[in-house]
Amino acid sequence: MSVLEFDCTLRLGSFALDATFSAGTGITVLFGPSGAGKTTMLHLIAGLEKPDRGRIVIGSDVLTDTSARVFVKPYKRRIGLVFQDAQLFPHLTVAQNLAFGSWFRGRADTVIESDHVIEVLGISQLLSRRPARLSGGEKSRVALARALLSSPRLLLMDEPLSGLDEDKRHAILPLIARIRDEFHVPVLYVTHGRDEAVRLGDSALRIERGRITAAGPPAQILAR
Amino acid sequence: MPEFMPFLPEFTPEEWTAIGLSVRVAITATLASLPVAILAGYALARWSFPGKTLLNGLLHLPLVLPPVVTGYFLLLAFGRQGPAGAFLYDTLGLTFSFRWTGAALAAAVMSFPLMLRAIRLSFETIDRRLERAAGTLGAGPMATFFTVTLPLAAPGILVGVILCFAKALGEFGATITFVSNIPGETQTIPSAIYTYTQVPGGEASALRLAAVSVTIALLALIASEVLSQKVLKRTSVFE
Repeated sequence: MSVLEFDCTLRLGSFALDATFSAGTGITVLFGPSGAGKTTMLHLIAGLEKPDRGRIVIGSDVLTDTSARVFVKPYKRRIGLVFQDAQLFPHLTVAQNLAFGSWFRGRADTVIESDHVIEVLGISQLLSRRPARLSGGEKSRVALARALLSSPRLLLMDEPLSGLDEDKRHAILPLIARIRDEFHVPVLYVTHGRDEAVRLGDSALRIERGRITAAGPPAQILAR
Repeated sequence: MPEFMPFLPEFTPEEWTAIGLSVRVAITATLASLPVAILAGYALARWSFPGKTLLNGLLHLPLVLPPVVTGYFLLLAFGRQGPAGAFLYDTLGLTFSFRWTGAALAAAVMSFPLMLRAIRLSFETIDRRLERAAGTLGAGPMATFFTVTLPLAAPGILVGVILCFAKALGEFGATITFVSNIPGETQTIPSAIYTYTQVPGGEASALRLAAVSVTIALLALIASEVLSQKVLKRTSVFE
């Protein structure tokens, strides 16, 4: 079953993105070198950028369609985005950062229980702290929890572990897999780490210079 | 003089009147300026529109214009016969000329640029990616402004408030030109000092009021310095 349909072109200076793909349930890994256009693709899906031409559909909802002049505002898309550098609100405690995700979620949406998320991600002892007093790994987990608590239809993760050392990365990887299994949120996971991609991905897309060059099972796509 | 504050000098009733009026004028001026300064500061920091440079210049004009000139313009515009003055009197029953409200207006206009500058700067230093993050969490533009932008700018806004208040407390040139120097109505601390220096035997009163001015100004500067440090700490990634 296809969750996301993506077909966009966008020119930014000398860089040109021209990509078509679809993603299903589970974790889809978007794999490629830096500067390949991975983050731009996430921003297009989240509505932080507009394509020159294209169409983005999630489930049965059209989010972007340049030919029909459809562009749903980012805050109405219900797409979670975990940023590379967490982007926690510095003036709020961890608990308030987490609550932010649920404050603005609509009534009818599927609710993800905050206690459950806090337990799975092991952040209950951090709730009263400010983001400035968290380690890199703690920030990543809080950012992930915050995005989940907005009950997104699709969770985008932009190299969420890139700032962490090997040990921390290995501690968080299983949590991301658990999130997929426990909360049934489809994930689009951007990385340039082969190890991460193989361990997490249910399917993979290889992206090079703004184009999708291969799609399929991670082990096959990522083999050189 | 209250018994429990022996460290305060003995103020005469006239001096107390001037001090009380100054505080009332400065608080009114500051509170009235605040929403306008937040709106204008945000607009100047974030939006681009035709005439932005001109608007910025106009808003900062009182900072460089001779205060007497600003006061004279206020007299022309907000006096009973002036276009703005006549309009406000007819619609809201507001009078500015030779009233304490006029002194507050003059103080507000004169101190507005200081407040605007602090607020604009604090909006400019906010990491806009945090607002974007709020958007992906479902917060619309208004919700984002009140839950992210405004709280992050709050320390800078407070600095603006303190500077504006201190400046309003000391406004002299525009005030005396616009609303004159009427004891109990428009005679603020600076006007009172000016009067006391003009009459024989007024030195003691002038000195006492000068001491009040220095104290308040110093306290305001210290408070704004402490708050600025807090801003730096909060926006810093390290702690």
